Amino acid sequence: MKDFLYMDGYAFFVWSAYAVVVVVMTANLIYPLRRRRRLLREISQQASQNGIDDTET
Amino acid sequence: MWTFFHKLSSPRYFYNLSGRWLPWLAWSAAALLLIGTYWGLVVAPPDYQQGDSYRIMYIHVPSAWMSLFVYMVMACAAFIGLVWKMKLAEVIAADCAPLGASFTAMALITGMLWGKPMWGTYWVWDARLTSELILLFLYLGMIGLRGAIENPRTAARACGVLTLVGVVNIPIIHYSVIWWSTLHQGPIISRFAKPSVDPSMLWPLFIMVIAFMLYFAAVLLLRARCQILARERGSAWVRDLAART
Repeated sequence: MKDFLYMDGYAFFVWSAYAVVVVVMTANLIYPLRRRRRLLREISQQASQNGIDDTET
Repeated sequence: MWTFFHKLSSPRYFYNLSGRWLPWLAWSAAALLLIGTYWGLVVAPPDYQQGDSYRIMYIHVPSAWMSLFVYMVMACAAFIGLVWKMKLAEVIAADCAPLGASFTAMALITGMLWGKPMWGTYWVWDARLTSELILLFLYLGMIGLRGAIENPRTAARACGVLTLVGVVNIPIIHYSVIWWSTLHQGPIISRFAKPSVDPSMLWPLFIMVIAFMLYFAAVLLLRARCQILARERGSAWVRDLAART
């Protein structure tokens, strides 16, 4: 385990590279999920404010 | 085939169809990412020259390939958007830019972290690194230009033209290691020659490349669905959907 984390002396480079990728890819995943939730909430609030009499499609 | 494309141009149809694809894409991407990372970090043997530092390859190479692949997807979508004024293509092209920028940034950063121990420097102004940096600026320019134009259709047209002009950079990046002498190593995988890497090191790389592709497809669909909801917020089906959640 210690050997694995040590990475032959390249620990700093290997682990920071993987950390950067994990952070960027997680952020790219979370952003649209949160945006979707926010959008749906906004739209349903708007609809209940205006009343749903408009039949535009 | 044509009816499929015709249907696909309906935002509602695309929204429902992509909703059915997403779980498959997302879970296979997650599984392959885990398998590939474990294989690349733990199972694959250390390199005889580079020791364990070469394990950065398993994220660097897929990121770099995706930075080019995403640009080609964006260019195809931009072309379809410009010629046939297809809304879905404009949505896809718009959402490719931030994802492409992420992959390019990942490729540059992981490359720098690999370059420091192997070349002795984080950065050199050689052809491969410089053209990849230009690609990052192209993506950022696309995001900026889109943000600066209020009307989404005008923005799509302006970004579409810029995207197609920027395509010229893609072969430059790809062939830069062959055309110019550089610190960056040449391609290890080519269509015409046997790969110069042992299979035990190559398999995890292939898995990671496929995992990155699936991941890109999944997050692209997630983003496109958000944009469709935002653009179609006035239509009945979106309000229905919002009311049900």
